[in-house]
Amino acid sequence: MKNFGKLEITTPSGREIAFTRVFDAPRQLVFDAWTKPELLKRWLYGPNGWSLAICEIDMRVGGRYRYVWHHTNGTEMGMGGVYKEVVPPERIVNTQLFDQDWTGSEAVGTLVLTEKNGKTTSVNTVLYPSKQARDGALRTPMAEGMEMGYMRMDEMFASLPQGSE
Amino acid sequence: MELIGYTNNAAELDATFAALADPTRRAILARLARGEASVMELAEPFDMSQPAISKHLKVLERAGLISRGSEAQRRPRRLEARPLAEATEWLEQYREFWEASFGRLDSLLSELKKTGVKSAEQGAARKIARPRKRTPQPGIGKDSGKSGHAGHAGFRRRKK
Repeated sequence: MKNFGKLEITTPSGREIAFTRVFDAPRQLVFDAWTKPELLKRWLYGPNGWSLAICEIDMRVGGRYRYVWHHTNGTEMGMGGVYKEVVPPERIVNTQLFDQDWTGSEAVGTLVLTEKNGKTTSVNTVLYPSKQARDGALRTPMAEGMEMGYMRMDEMFASLPQGSE
Repeated sequence: MELIGYTNNAAELDATFAALADPTRRAILARLARGEASVMELAEPFDMSQPAISKHLKVLERAGLISRGSEAQRRPRRLEARPLAEATEWLEQYREFWEASFGRLDSLLSELKKTGVKSAEQGAARKIARPRKRTPQPGIGKDSGKSGHAGHAGFRRRKK
């Protein structure tokens, strides 16, 4: 199985982080994989050791969803939120709040799927709330009037030494 | 599972990302990654005045990304790797989560193209139907760790 696309992580604005990936499949399939619990459980769980144990989705505007992940070592993580926009098979907007989130404020996730020549580009963007953005890790100095374009951090980091204490 | 104390270095990360949000400053860092350099040497490849470069250097310095050597005349700038490493690590958690997940999604999609969504769902349901030892309870993990920024920060692998 060949990985079709390379994951691209960008920061479109000071309050956002975006994950872009191309998949070798039509948009409807990618949309199903992103929205059907039994399918999500088969892939959305990050590094080995984790599993998506609970995946409940009420996919309509105002409907809720809840994900809970388990690790083999007993660690558990949960998150959930409410759907703001549901436009199959191209766009989903929802709120996102992790159980362990110390800020207690929600982020907004936007999934946009576009298809070209049978391949689907998935762009998954997380927009942090302004208050959290102020304290958060991806704050950028709009106040300084800087041009903030797409920042390909990974490319730059590749040329820098990985420091460690 | 090692968890990251996010709140401790949020302000530091802010400064790091702010400093990195400019292409000239990123180029300066890339240059310093190859070895220390004076302001004059740093200004050379850019079509910029020394004062303009100095301004960028100040931002980088404030973010702790570079430091000045003690050599009196030249005052060479050098890269400080730690804040950059922390910013990278923070992003790395996202990357790990999504790369692992998307790799599996590739396989799933290729299966779906052959078998269709319905049968894949049923197949998954059969697998899931096997009883687990643990009964999951939403919210049980609330106090289990300090991690959990909205970005799967807690999914970090153990450090090697």
